[in-house]
Amino acid sequence: MDPSAPPLLNCSRIRKTYGDLVAVDDVSFHISPGETYGLLGPNGAGKTTVISMIAGILDADSGKVWVAGEPMHPRATKAKTAVGYVPQDIALYPDLTACENLMFFGRLVGLAGSTLKKRTKEVLRLTGLSDRADDRTSTFSGGMKRRLNIGIGLIHQPRLLILDEPTVGVDPQSRNAILESVDTMADEGMAVLYTTHYMEEAERLCDRIGIIDDGKIVAEGTQRELIEKLGGHDKLHIGITGYGLPAANAAAMLDCVIRVSLGDTAMELIVRDARSSLAEIVNTIVETGAEITGIEIEEPNLEAVFLHLTGKALRD
Amino acid sequence: MAAVLIAIKDLRLRLRDKSAITLGLIAPLGLAIIFSLIIPDVSAGEFTMELGVVGIEDSELGEVFEEAVLDDLDTALFAVTEFDTEGQAQTAVDRLDVFAVIAFPPDIDKAVAEGGGEIQVITTNEAPISGEIALSIARQFAGDVSGVQLSVAVALFAGGADAESLAALTVDTPLRLEVVDLETGDRQLDISTFFAAGMAVFFLFFTVQFGVSGLIQERTDGTLPRLLASPIHPASIIAGKGLAAFVLGVTSMAVLITATSWQIGARWGNPVGVGMLVVAGVASAIGIMAVIATLARTAEQASNIQSVVAVVLGLLGGSFFPVSQGPAILSKMALATPHAWFLRGLGDLAGGGGPSAAMPSTIALLMFAVATGGVAALRMRSMVRL
Repeated sequence: MDPSAPPLLNCSRIRKTYGDLVAVDDVSFHISPGETYGLLGPNGAGKTTVISMIAGILDADSGKVWVAGEPMHPRATKAKTAVGYVPQDIALYPDLTACENLMFFGRLVGLAGSTLKKRTKEVLRLTGLSDRADDRTSTFSGGMKRRLNIGIGLIHQPRLLILDEPTVGVDPQSRNAILESVDTMADEGMAVLYTTHYMEEAERLCDRIGIIDDGKIVAEGTQRELIEKLGGHDKLHIGITGYGLPAANAAAMLDCVIRVSLGDTAMELIVRDARSSLAEIVNTIVETGAEITGIEIEEPNLEAVFLHLTGKALRD
Repeated sequence: MAAVLIAIKDLRLRLRDKSAITLGLIAPLGLAIIFSLIIPDVSAGEFTMELGVVGIEDSELGEVFEEAVLDDLDTALFAVTEFDTEGQAQTAVDRLDVFAVIAFPPDIDKAVAEGGGEIQVITTNEAPISGEIALSIARQFAGDVSGVQLSVAVALFAGGADAESLAALTVDTPLRLEVVDLETGDRQLDISTFFAAGMAVFFLFFTVQFGVSGLIQERTDGTLPRLLASPIHPASIIAGKGLAAFVLGVTSMAVLITATSWQIGARWGNPVGVGMLVVAGVASAIGIMAVIATLARTAEQASNIQSVVAVVLGLLGGSFFPVSQGPAILSKMALATPHAWFLRGLGDLAGGGGPSAAMPSTIALLMFAVATGGVAALRMRSMVRL
């Protein structure tokens, strides 16, 4: 990712209403080439509406979307050429083969002739469907359909790939393959907009994350930045034998330690940045004569951030 | 270009979906053949009325009947068999050797001379149409005889010549009032063409529904958002659906016209005129089915409503029977259907007219297409805005 490169996607204060319902309210964010941006939000938060405006399916009531420097709207054929859209629902023609599905959507984005054939083969290989190329997709498993669903979005090697919950209902093996593919594509310079219900996917893939709730972006940043917004406190579990109370008292005196609670065989410490202060804490405990039997660091995760910011679990 | 790609994709899907071929080709062709086999075509010489007569050699009135009626019958349509007795005739009717018998009793001359008499007609429920024809012939003859009886009675009352001379004079006096059939022989479709055309236009509405309901199917299948995200104008999606429906409809009609001409001898008329009617008819069917599609929420719901409308319009428009022979109100209501205009246009061509003969019906069909297609296009615009 080149932070100095101009953003490939720029959303500026986009808003969408349906009657009295404000589905998206003043949402702004950008994605640079090679960057993977995660849009997290509970159901009904406005993720799909935002994505629909970015993909040119919907017109924004106000605000602007630019893709590759071109304004995006439903008739913006130039801007749409830069986008690969993978909808949340599987969008395939069940009575067409995998190859025919790819070639149809490939032709719609302007591919033809040998280029189309070459890209079709490449995508079939990438999605692991080469041996099922001539089978109707109605005969495919859920995971195979999901892979082809993503493959269609990649047929024209878009500069911006929009993935709306691409791994819902996918087996672990296929999910891993999809995530690896997204990683690879981002490494090759593709900008990726990714929505998911799976926190571990967002943590693994996304360079930056926007948390959307009730149509508004309530927080945005890297995973670390978001966690720090929560306070940045880690939890440290230390197993000990002997001299528990002196060890706990000594640890409580350290600046990095906020709170200590002592159990029969372990103590639990709330600390600032556990990884950098771990050595100091361990030395302090050992000097009291206590013996450490185990250490476990529990860092705050996106799930906690999400819960904190929206008051809802991600799958709500 | 995108519209063509979408249309080609839809046509490929429809070809794989056997129902389009079934409703577009097999069903109308099959029904047209079955109808034309069941209902014989009089004009094509496929029908022969087996008529029996009894007693025509035994009475003067019978001889007059033979000369005035039987000798004038079209031998291509009527085969006349004479029986000696009513008993033999009755047996022949029961065995359907003949379909009806006109019998002159032995004392018919005496009875007529006295101002009375009766001609008997033996019919069977197995051949109701033939029975009606025989009754009609007998009534016509009886009417003529009654006219003579009346004339003679009036002349005798006025003190003229003797009854025998008066009767001979009346019989020899030629009829001055004639009925001339100016139209039906020329403008009416023969039975094969009528059913071929009726079934073709009836099933046309089912054929094109596959095309126009495709937009709802795209929405159901989740492919509509992907199409809308593609670098194409949203209107080209609607155009693609319309184009697919048009190709399906025209192909179905073309195959049916060719097949029925060859298979059951349907005579469709001037090819250019027929072509005009087909194109306009397909366009009107697309318009009507498209309006209905925009009113439905699911493809299944659209299909159900479209089927009901197609059947009602088909019945009202005369696809199964000529509505012109029904009540006057039905004939007027039929003009509110493309079916009636399509069949009327073919009727105009059947008289040997060129493309101009089909122009009024073509214009009427195009008006259907423009009115309904316009409404459908406006409503479909909102369907491609998610």
